[in-house]
Amino acid sequence: MFRRVLGKTLGFVGYTIQYGCIAHCAFEYIGEFVVCSGPSMEPTIINHDVVFSERMSRHLCKIQKGDIVIAKSPYDPNMNICKRVIGLEGDKVCTSSPSDLFKTHTYVPKGHVWLEGDNLRNSTDSRSYGPIPYALIRGRVCLKLWPPHSFGTLSESPTKRIIKTQSDSD
Amino acid sequence: MVLIMLIATLYSPLSSFLMAQQTTAGRRYLRAFVSGFFVAVPVTVTVLDRFAYVARVEGASMQPFFNPEGGLKSDIVLLNRWSVRNYQVQRGDIVSIVSPKNPQQKIIKRVIGLEGDFIRTLGYKNQYVRVPDGHFWIEGDHHGHSLDSNSFGPVSVGLLHGRASHIIWPPSRWQQIKPSLPPNRGPLDTKEEEG
Repeated sequence: MFRRVLGKTLGFVGYTIQYGCIAHCAFEYIGEFVVCSGPSMEPTIINHDVVFSERMSRHLCKIQKGDIVIAKSPYDPNMNICKRVIGLEGDKVCTSSPSDLFKTHTYVPKGHVWLEGDNLRNSTDSRSYGPIPYALIRGRVCLKLWPPHSFGTLSESPTKRIIKTQSDSD
Repeated sequence: MVLIMLIATLYSPLSSFLMAQQTTAGRRYLRAFVSGFFVAVPVTVTVLDRFAYVARVEGASMQPFFNPEGGLKSDIVLLNRWSVRNYQVQRGDIVSIVSPKNPQQKIIKRVIGLEGDFIRTLGYKNQYVRVPDGHFWIEGDHHGHSLDSNSFGPVSVGLLHGRASHIIWPPSRWQQIKPSLPPNRGPLDTKEEEG
């Protein structure tokens, strides 16, 4: 009797480990669901929206300009930030605000990306802490799941801060 | 990494064989192989991502601690990924991080300062640096031959990959790695600065 209970317990533990590992692989390499909070990406993503972020683009280094990404905050690794990629390594980005008279530019260093929120007035992003290393990016937001009336893919950047170069394809 | 995956796919049919009731037809073998594969690969990937990782130290940036002879003999270390799941490190630990200059490369260096420490740098653009929140300062033991915080500045803790806990190859160099700061490389005491 004791041997049967032990056998069943071991079987249960084995299955838990197996499904736990499969779940880890799914969340790490396929995608995860994220609840966004804060006003920095309005009107594209509003407070309490649920989005799906896929991980494959990040592992294959296929994040592009204009993508919305989830990244680890450079000042607190336990906190995640959701922003749009304005520039990849080597790109020129505008560091002055639209209201400034003289525009200043900088180039994104190697291995880094420049992130900005869509709600420029209410967003702490690369304009305050500078470009962040590419490896801090966790995933690319590809689909909005909640609220149901705005279900679907996300729109392009409303802020027109992305500087297109000649090598970009249309 | 590929070597470990190969080993995993080889032991999975063996373990499924032991579990299968009949060991005759070739189709039974194939089914056992596939089901064993779906167990072995996620478990191996999860162990490598969350618990422990094995890596070869290349280059001379951590001499004389790693690769003291240089040349063809590289040390192989065990990286503990579980101990850094909450991003807790101590000064003097040897850690592996994802390089801020190249996201596909990992570098192994020693932690010299944590957030809030004042560091006297060697060859950085500022002579004194206060490490910002959520960052740390890493250096290779072999100054001058090392791409570390003295070139690219403080590194975000989110790039932390693992903590080197043991040297496992060559067998003559088996040892546990204990955190220790090199002499004269450490955070400045603010009392010393004022004095």
